[in-house]
Amino acid sequence: MTFVLSNPWLHGLVFGAVLVSVLMALVAFITWFERKLAGRIQSRLGPTMVGPFGLLQPIADAVKAMQKDFIVPKDADRFLFWLAPPLTIAFALATAAVIPFSKDVLAANLDVGVLYALAFSGLLAFPTWVAGWASNNKYALLGGMRMVAQGISYEIPMVMAALVPVTLAGTLSMQGIVEYQVASGWIIATPVGAAAGLLFLTTALAEGNRIPFDIPEAESELVAGPTTEYNAIGWSIFAASEYAHSVITAAIVSALFLGGWDGWWNLPPLLWMVAKTGFVFLIVTWVRWSLLRFRSDQLMALCWKYLVPGALLLVLIAGIQVSVRG
Amino acid sequence: MADIWIVVFVYLLIAFSVGFLMLLGSRLLRVRSKDQPPTREATYECGEEPAGKAWIRFHPRYYVVALIFVLFDVETVFLVPWALNTRRLGTFAIVEMVIFAFILMLGWGYALRKEALKWQ
Repeated sequence: MTFVLSNPWLHGLVFGAVLVSVLMALVAFITWFERKLAGRIQSRLGPTMVGPFGLLQPIADAVKAMQKDFIVPKDADRFLFWLAPPLTIAFALATAAVIPFSKDVLAANLDVGVLYALAFSGLLAFPTWVAGWASNNKYALLGGMRMVAQGISYEIPMVMAALVPVTLAGTLSMQGIVEYQVASGWIIATPVGAAAGLLFLTTALAEGNRIPFDIPEAESELVAGPTTEYNAIGWSIFAASEYAHSVITAAIVSALFLGGWDGWWNLPPLLWMVAKTGFVFLIVTWVRWSLLRFRSDQLMALCWKYLVPGALLLVLIAGIQVSVRG
Repeated sequence: MADIWIVVFVYLLIAFSVGFLMLLGSRLLRVRSKDQPPTREATYECGEEPAGKAWIRFHPRYYVVALIFVLFDVETVFLVPWALNTRRLGTFAIVEMVIFAFILMLGWGYALRKEALKWQ
């Protein structure tokens, strides 16, 4: 074990393989969870037929998607059309490398961890745009365009909201921020931290293209947005990366604001981290099935007129708090 | 220190291979239909014949958003080293950042006044 951990190549291989496999399994389970919860919210049952409580539904879906023929439209840019789905899921999964699941369960304790996570999260808008452009379909193109506009706009308040815990802890390392919270209380417990956490969650919903910010996909106007021309495995990869992104964002919110693996009653730290991530994901899902969609101009106005100055103010307040209390 | 980036590199290799493996798996499993009607690979446009290509010119509002984004993104980059050193620099950091934010917000107010932030 020590040999594995001391060799960076093996360390990366072990952690990468385990983390990516666990995440992909989790994504499959979470599609079931979301469908079940959505069913309950709408007074339905959700999946019930495949396996106990419909638990095997994601596996059935995956097998079905893989067997179907992957159609590339003849007017599309073939190379980019193929490239977009793998790039999307790669960027979604890449973020997980810096998330501390406990004191030891962490692929890479980067000293610029927060920047790394936000960079890959921001990159996610671009493969969606590649998909929209390569499809040579008007709905896809409009959806891709909206995705980029929304993605880059909400990235700014998102980065600023993440800078509040960075300012309070004085480090960019995710593990460092969690250790700061273990020592001096969770960031969500301070007023500025609570506001920043709420802001971060809101912008993360927009970045992840989830309701109430799912303008790029808006079923009623753009069919399926950038993924209109994708079927079979191509579409499944997009769906999987959306869920992977949601779960990983929930984990980042837990680590930055909710104290990460810190907890009570001597329960294993890993369990706390998983519980908090699940809780944040529950909120995200609940919001998705309860709220309506914003209009395009409302979405941009909300970001530029309120969230950007608000986030800048929060960073300043956090700075003052740190200077005064030391 | 370089070691940790090797870990990240290997992790990224694995993350990038996932999508390609899924595409490969589908290639091995999938069934290709014998029946290939000509409309099968046509572009979808609600059942109509597509009217022209989709690769067209866009509305300029997207470019305005991109320009403002670059401006504010550079500004957040300046915020990062400040956020890391606030504790050490104390009051000086606060005064400096208030001035910086004030100048930035002047620009923001100008963009707001010129309706560059309005999405019409």
